[in-house]
Amino acid sequence: MERIRERVIQIYGNLVSLLRKCIFCILSVGPIPNHIAFIMDGNRRFTKKCKLMKGAGHKVGFSALMSILKYCYEFGVRYVTVYVFSIENFKRSPEESIVNRYGVRVIFSGNLKLLSEPVRLAAERAMLATDKNSKAVLSICVAYTSTNEIMHAVQESCEEKWDEITILNSSGAGYGLISLGGYEQDEMDHLIKLNDIEKHMYMAASPDPDIIIRTSSETRLSNFLLWQSANCYLYSPSVLWPEIGFRQFLWAILNFQRIHFYLDKQRQQS
Amino acid sequence: MPFSLHFSPTPLITAPSPLSKPSFLVPYYHTLHAPKSPLCFSMEHALTHQGKQEAFDLRPEDSQTLPLGLRRDAMPSHVAVIMDGNRRWARLRDLPVRSGYEAGVESLRKIVEICCKWGIKVLSVFAFSSDNWFRPKVEVEFLMSLFERGMQEDTGIFFRENIRISVIGDLTKLPKALQELMVNLEEATKNNTLFQLIVAVSYSGHYDVVQACQRLALKAKCGLIEPSDINVSLMEQELETNCTEFPHPDLLIRTSGEFRISNFMLWQLAYTELYFAQSLWPDFGEAEFLKALLAFQQRQRRYGV
Repeated sequence: MERIRERVIQIYGNLVSLLRKCIFCILSVGPIPNHIAFIMDGNRRFTKKCKLMKGAGHKVGFSALMSILKYCYEFGVRYVTVYVFSIENFKRSPEESIVNRYGVRVIFSGNLKLLSEPVRLAAERAMLATDKNSKAVLSICVAYTSTNEIMHAVQESCEEKWDEITILNSSGAGYGLISLGGYEQDEMDHLIKLNDIEKHMYMAASPDPDIIIRTSSETRLSNFLLWQSANCYLYSPSVLWPEIGFRQFLWAILNFQRIHFYLDKQRQQS
Repeated sequence: MPFSLHFSPTPLITAPSPLSKPSFLVPYYHTLHAPKSPLCFSMEHALTHQGKQEAFDLRPEDSQTLPLGLRRDAMPSHVAVIMDGNRRWARLRDLPVRSGYEAGVESLRKIVEICCKWGIKVLSVFAFSSDNWFRPKVEVEFLMSLFERGMQEDTGIFFRENIRISVIGDLTKLPKALQELMVNLEEATKNNTLFQLIVAVSYSGHYDVVQACQRLALKAKCGLIEPSDINVSLMEQELETNCTEFPHPDLLIRTSGEFRISNFMLWQLAYTELYFAQSLWPDFGEAEFLKALLAFQQRQRRYGV
């Protein structure tokens, strides 16, 4: 009896998987987002809502994350970024089966110096172990805020330019580039450009996201990917993070495909 | 977009609403409200044209002007708006695109009036993005002339109603005459305190951060700071929103049902509540604004905690 039940569950699982792959086949006729970012909001509210023990919401949320990663990589999304609000969200590393099956390289983005020693070491180990993978990328934003990322990039750009100008000046070629007092517009333009700042961002290894999904109906970015979200589609389903499923994923993709042509034109122009 | 004083007799809004009647008074001189800043040429010009002058009925201290349900203590200090949908509005009515922009200006005027009445201190509007320079030349030229016309005609209102105008964005790309007008208006209204209207023209969030970075780099070059001194506070001082006491919008409204920020104020929107309205900007009136504010007041803001 038990074996029959297991067999039925297996057949059902295979059917669902086959149906999902069919849907992905149809969807892939349209544009596939290159990068989707997730703000995993709602684990604690889920715990309260279902009257679970403390921390259980995060465990369910972790399973939800694994499912979402599976959908993303199956569909062909190359870059996935997740915002880890609290370190609770990230007590376990992504399952090896997913990382290996889809050739996922794991990157931790943020000010890793703020993490505690064991967490930072675990992060570095995970990054090293998956360094050779190249089919897809999972960026985990931890100890991260976008304003800190931008400020850090600005700081690095200024330091880099300062070094360049110092070298130029010592060789005599930097005349006119350093002056005291007032400045002119041309001088300012020579200093630092958009690309100079972008290459110093923590998220420089990934392209800008095409979709940012934040669960729990909260429509705000909470200091996540502010710089990179300039032209991306923002989707905030009402479900809590542990409740997110294939339906929300499908809805996000369909809406992305609807506006993709216009957004692409905007990006090319800017 | 700056608002125009021309009141259109034909209704521009197709959806009837009991709250869509204009609430400003019949034209008359506000002799009690003397201008608080030096007169500029267009102020004198404005004051001599009695027929065109209309005044707002502004009583921000009167709590009875707040619609039912809105709490004065929970009003956002700074509201930002992406005024999307003007062209679509015109296309839906088989009108030329310029009619859409003009209707958008009327809509802005109404929202400014409502903000003053309901105690919102700052309103930022995304009038023209850095990305908009790629639009058809005729359209861009029309928009520039619309900005110039609007600012000239409404200067009287700004002085009379104690409204401060600030302009953010890369003004060097604008026609010289418009640049001068904007700079003069900013200077002339800088001591006005009732309400601040920040108009973002030729602006983008990326541009704002890059220009702040360039200023900081120059300061480092001049030895005023070290690159390692750069922190969040120094960044904020150099961003163009340093012209206001409330640089971070509490609420961002985008009309026409598009769910994106389109490169508007990226740094400043870190903890801003985003509200996406389905209606097109010319149709976004008091009722829709009320809905947005009620939704805002019901949200729990945790600032990343």
